[in-house]
Amino acid sequence: MSGREYEMTVGIEVHVELDTKTKIFCSCSSSFGGEPNTRCCPVCMGLPGSLPALNAQAVEYAVMAGLATGCKISRRSAFDRKNYFYPDLPKAYQITQYNTPICKDGSVDIETEQGRKSIGITRIHIEEDAGKLIHGGDGMTLIDFNRCGVPLIEIVSAPDMSSSEEAKAYLKKLRALMLYIGISDCKMNEGSFRCDVNISVRRAGDSALGVKTELKNLNSFTFAKKAIDYEFERQTAIIEAGGRIEAQTRRFEESDGKTYLMRSKESENDYRYFPEPDLLPIELSENMIKRISENMPRLPDERKAEYISSYGISTYDAELLVSDKSVSDYFEACAALTPYRKTLANLILSELMRFVEGDGFASHISPSNLAELATLAGEEAINASVAKKLLRRLWESDESPLAIVERENLRQINDVVWLTNLTLKAIAENPKALSDYKAGKTVAAKSIIGKVMSKTGGLANPSLLSDIVLAELDK
Amino acid sequence: MKELLKRDAASHAVSLRAGEYSSEELTRAYLERIEESDGEIGAFITVTADKAIASAKASDMRRLEGKALGIFDGVPIAVKDNICTRGTLTTCASKMLADYIPPYSATAVERLERAGILVLGKLNMDEFGMGASTENSAFKITRNPYDTSRVAGGSSGGCAAAVAAFEAPWSLGSDTGGSVRQPASFCGAVGMKSTYGRVSRSGLVAFAPSLEQIGPITKNVRDNANLLSIIAGADVKDATSLNVGDEDFSRDIGRDVRGLRVGMPRELFTENISDGVGRAVMRAAKILEDAGAEVTECSLPSAEYALAAYYVISSAEASSNLARFDGVRYGHGSNNFDGIDEFYKSSRAEGFGTEVKRRIMLGTFALSSGYYDEYYKKALGVRSLVKRDFEKLFEKYDILLSPVSPSVAYRIGEKTKNPTDMYTGDLFCVPANIAGIPALSLPCGTGEYGMPAGVQLMGKRLSESLLYRVGAVIEDAEGGGV
Repeated sequence: MSGREYEMTVGIEVHVELDTKTKIFCSCSSSFGGEPNTRCCPVCMGLPGSLPALNAQAVEYAVMAGLATGCKISRRSAFDRKNYFYPDLPKAYQITQYNTPICKDGSVDIETEQGRKSIGITRIHIEEDAGKLIHGGDGMTLIDFNRCGVPLIEIVSAPDMSSSEEAKAYLKKLRALMLYIGISDCKMNEGSFRCDVNISVRRAGDSALGVKTELKNLNSFTFAKKAIDYEFERQTAIIEAGGRIEAQTRRFEESDGKTYLMRSKESENDYRYFPEPDLLPIELSENMIKRISENMPRLPDERKAEYISSYGISTYDAELLVSDKSVSDYFEACAALTPYRKTLANLILSELMRFVEGDGFASHISPSNLAELATLAGEEAINASVAKKLLRRLWESDESPLAIVERENLRQINDVVWLTNLTLKAIAENPKALSDYKAGKTVAAKSIIGKVMSKTGGLANPSLLSDIVLAELDK
Repeated sequence: MKELLKRDAASHAVSLRAGEYSSEELTRAYLERIEESDGEIGAFITVTADKAIASAKASDMRRLEGKALGIFDGVPIAVKDNICTRGTLTTCASKMLADYIPPYSATAVERLERAGILVLGKLNMDEFGMGASTENSAFKITRNPYDTSRVAGGSSGGCAAAVAAFEAPWSLGSDTGGSVRQPASFCGAVGMKSTYGRVSRSGLVAFAPSLEQIGPITKNVRDNANLLSIIAGADVKDATSLNVGDEDFSRDIGRDVRGLRVGMPRELFTENISDGVGRAVMRAAKILEDAGAEVTECSLPSAEYALAAYYVISSAEASSNLARFDGVRYGHGSNNFDGIDEFYKSSRAEGFGTEVKRRIMLGTFALSSGYYDEYYKKALGVRSLVKRDFEKLFEKYDILLSPVSPSVAYRIGEKTKNPTDMYTGDLFCVPANIAGIPALSLPCGTGEYGMPAGVQLMGKRLSESLLYRVGAVIEDAEGGGV
């Protein structure tokens, strides 16, 4: 069994909880948590006679998601009922969009080691979230309806991915996009960004797709990748052994990295979709769509292009900067305050991002301090190692880097005469280094450089010093 | 029986204002009447005597302080038991909701309260509105006050019977496929199914949301127009409520009908119409003609398909709306189960009556994959056809005149054996629900067995004022309401 003979086809459905103040059909708070059953009312509890009233903000957010993923926005879309019994679904139907999604036919570009690839977005539709079941130890199940009626969008990709790396890149890109447009906090651990993966396997070169399984309970990108890899191996093994894949919904188990049968697709409900009679269709005028699109925040691709063309930042660095909105926002806040944007990008990408992931550093070092540091380094007023040390100091305290440099005399030493004198002295004190160097051991130069550097308290301009040392040794 | 109980709501309003009697006296009189006659009639499921008297006292106090909420402040009403009343049982005449007390009131009820109108209690009906005789109540049968061996009609049978039996001056019912108009005609009352969206459905326990409206049942046309004016209006809680300004629907009552074009769709004059009902409709036509209207025969070709489309659409919607009654959060929960699926099954098997189960199964079937196109989708097609037919007709006619029901009130038990026979009785009423147009039912003399016979007037969307104007002309010629 090997991956060369078989290939996988992956499509992903992502549920994103929209960050609206209130729920989709009532005025209860839609924020996460809260004492169980304190954020509900007759509408989200589905009490007899209650009716849904659509939250306009949810519609606007869904349109933004569509615009961010290059979708066509439907001028007219409508709600349908998806009927099934489950204790977390108080009306026994979910209000969703089945026949006419609000957005369709878009795409998202991903970058993997195999290069760039465009992943199709089949549709985005609006729907309501269900409540949460809490299984007690004594066989009792409790229901919390706080989440019931929180607005969701479901983003359905085309089956365009052919590796777990691509799936992971797609999920990361999609999450970044949603964070850029600010419609969700996309917290996977709180369930505000959830994915289900559909995966099928076929022999390489076959035109027909294999039978797919749906994977659930994928609570992180890493788990999604693991589940896909496991499921690929599992399905391949079955086909190799002459078996047939059954259409199933399977649950990923974090503890052992395997997937387990939840239910067979054949035993699934007939959802009896039909148009929701309690809501009018969503009609969007060209003007409204135009207004929303004009107010869209700048998206990562736009920012990336700007970093490359205006700041001279490499494609690779620019990609890294925009992969996380908070990083990009921070970079831009700093970039406005210094002309040395490449130096700034280096400080952020090679130093700061090692300290902490995500948006943590924005709260530690103010943009003005980091910009000042970038300027000092860019102007070669300080050398790289000082810059690095200062960064650490700025992390600890909110002090101006310029003030520290002045107070502690940390400016870079560019004095050729003094550095030459120190070099000659160091060579004289280390005759072995000189003879080693002359014998062809060029490493010996490094020990001389090190000695001079420490004499200057680490403040010498490193490239200038290196030039001087080599010139003296070569004499 | 006290004389004052024979009066209509408008007369009560005048007398309360004049101080001839207080709201408390009036309310007590109705409560006594209910006590005395409802044992036989069976119109009420719940009588809220204490609340009603407290509200009446509050109304009297307001009036004393010159702070009456409107001309009807202090006039009592009774409300169908599928319209939510905060803190008062709302059972939908179902065992499923036998103990259900809603935490909020329907918008229509809030509007009544804002007008100072007080609720005497909740009225019997066919379970969840499914039926045409109020024989499908889980609790009791409502009898026709004109002949207690006969049905009061349905599903708002309690509403019509309460008004006819002088147990309430007027009432609020709901009409999904004739459920206000048909019982009104069986009990000699006036019933209105307004334009879809006129009255907020918020708080009306849904049977078929795309078809139904809350509607008034009254002694006469003017009371009806006044009550509709109170309950109608846009409501943010109901997305399907129309965003039109408040209206006084009685404003055109008293105007003549000269030159109005009245059509009688021949498809609504079927062979099964009883002689008495036929005569009533012809008499109404004659009255309008004599008053200067042009009355001619016309055609509504899609009418014959409307009934089938109605049963498919209403049952499909019902199967979804009634799915929430699963016993988990409220309502009847079975003690007879092992696991959640069985709990659902036994709770629903025990909680719902036969007719409700029949409609749920019918609707579930019509929406099932493989049958959806053949049934539900086709029914929606018929619906568009009926709407278009009406639109065309209303280019040539101002008003359409038809029977409400093929016969006068029948005997209790007469039609329960054959449900489809009962369904065909809805033929004349359902087109208005399918098309979302307003339709008024009002008495026009007496049919067989001395029972009241009714006629129906239909108009284009938002033409309620016109319907009341024409209805009042017929009513006046017949000796006028009350």
